[in-house]
Amino acid sequence: MSNNNPLQPIPCEILNVKKESTHEWTFRVASDADVDHGQFMQLSIPKVGEVPISVSGQGDGWLDFTIRSVGKVTNVIFEKEAGDTLFLRGPYGHGWPVDEFKGKHLVVITGGTGLAPVRSMVNLCADNPKTVKDLTLISGFKNEDGIVFQNELDKWKEHDHFSTTYALDNDEKEGWSTGLVTTFVKDIPFDTFGDDYAVVVVGPPIMMKFTGLELLKNGVPEEKIWMSFERKMSCAIGKCGHCRIDETYVCLDGPVFPYTKARYLVD
Amino acid sequence: MGYSLNPDQTAELLNRLAEDYRIYAPKRFPKQGRYSDTDIIRYDRIQTPDEIVWDQKSDYPAKEVISPIQQALFYFTEDEYRESKKAKKPVLLLARPCDITAQLVQEKIYAENGGFKDLYYDRVHNKVKFAVMDCGGGDDTCFCVSMGSNKPENYSLAFKFDENGLKAEVSDDCFADYFDGMPEDDFTPEFVEENELKVTIPDLSDRDVRLALKSHPMWKEFDKRCISCGSCTVACSTCTCFTTRDICYGDNPEVGERRRVTASCQVAGFDQMAGQREIRSTAGDRMRYKILHKFHDHKARFGDRHMCVGCGRCTHMCPEFISISATVNKMADAVDEIKASLADGGNHVE
Repeated sequence: MSNNNPLQPIPCEILNVKKESTHEWTFRVASDADVDHGQFMQLSIPKVGEVPISVSGQGDGWLDFTIRSVGKVTNVIFEKEAGDTLFLRGPYGHGWPVDEFKGKHLVVITGGTGLAPVRSMVNLCADNPKTVKDLTLISGFKNEDGIVFQNELDKWKEHDHFSTTYALDNDEKEGWSTGLVTTFVKDIPFDTFGDDYAVVVVGPPIMMKFTGLELLKNGVPEEKIWMSFERKMSCAIGKCGHCRIDETYVCLDGPVFPYTKARYLVD
Repeated sequence: MGYSLNPDQTAELLNRLAEDYRIYAPKRFPKQGRYSDTDIIRYDRIQTPDEIVWDQKSDYPAKEVISPIQQALFYFTEDEYRESKKAKKPVLLLARPCDITAQLVQEKIYAENGGFKDLYYDRVHNKVKFAVMDCGGGDDTCFCVSMGSNKPENYSLAFKFDENGLKAEVSDDCFADYFDGMPEDDFTPEFVEENELKVTIPDLSDRDVRLALKSHPMWKEFDKRCISCGSCTVACSTCTCFTTRDICYGDNPEVGERRRVTASCQVAGFDQMAGQREIRSTAGDRMRYKILHKFHDHKARFGDRHMCVGCGRCTHMCPEFISISATVNKMADAVDEIKASLADGGNHVE
């Protein structure tokens, strides 16, 4: 085997599987890979295929991947359990510019499983309260079945420097709001943040599009907004071409983009 | 150093070269064309000079020798796997000027983009030497001069075949010995200076112009004409996209391979993620994506040249007779219209 083959996957043991919802499970995998918050890796099952998945958590010797069973590969991953093997390569791409967010008011707006790519950064802010001044989290889900990271959502609510809004698109739930995340943007106290804040948006493309426009409408300049993209990929190293938008490769230049760039990317 | 070889000497030269090289050149495959009683010409390994098709453009590009339409990356047995093996013998590739220039594009993507070097490309590319084959000017779909791909720089030999044999120039000394005892002659390769077809590539450096162009009605025409078959991609000298595909062998799910298969942005599903809607769902959107990549995006990223060498093979292969040169010229007209409209206060056509 060559030692210079960037496509070579490494077999890694699944440590445990946590069922977040019916179709979204978090797989904890043994790995020493050094991952930035918001980066992704290529997960594969030999003879089935390879998929890009963002790292949703990390710790000493392990990585979390929160996966939705919607395709050929992810369906087979869902047949795996602790002790089984997943093949990994990466991490890839550019994650969140955490150093730039440090010491600022941070606003995080997520839709559905879009919470996964920001989860480790939000936990960093929760566990180390001095990382940011405060954190405003707006997390929306389609319905109760789609809620992921329930334990952490509950835990984050308790932090003094966190202000959380959890919402279901149409349904009612105790202690939760009802409505699309865009409807809560106007309640964010941007006027109290001065110039010292950043906004992170992750979710389905349509949610990110309208949240971006809503933020602009509320006077947030585009250079303060960051988004994470998701595109089809085969290689994750800028060769296969599937994720290209204009002259930008999502695998190399993203998946996290400043809105100054993201806004003008037209597939 | 130049040489002039008769047919016997040409055969002898190829024999000598074949000792050390696998020789690839355009070759005729009778009755394998798209229509009844038509041939296909594509690059393949050759043994004798009469197999080389030197008087006609090949249907498919030379890139197939270096990045084949399908190749194994890894072989799997249960959870164990190994990398596919590389060929040991070097390659001598007899290719047209446009095909050799096209390798500059392949190199940008496979060897440079993102700082990752693709092993499967690199291990073949490193073993290839090029012999540029004289091109009599191509045909009425060629526009290499417009694309600046008529004079390649990276070649070791220059060949001009005709009925009387071969004229050759050796520019890489490592090939000098193969010509020992062959009759010397003055020969320097000539390159096409003008094509019948000329293409105007519009200036797309302005973001507002590009955004307006993306929603211009010109792309809608392709919703009707283009059938999203991807023939243009397979025929393209520069296209590099692929999909990774895992397969099992026969009825044994424990044995199989991970494969790379050529992919086309023109075929439905190219951008579709599991459980999500397709992003470019119309033929017009896909055509717009391809054309802007070829004539703006690639150069905007890598700076040196456009991702088209003007070989015209896509035009040749299109079952709907869509001409890439006509499409680019149409785009140039649309850009003029957009620029005039933006200058006029921004009331451009939506």
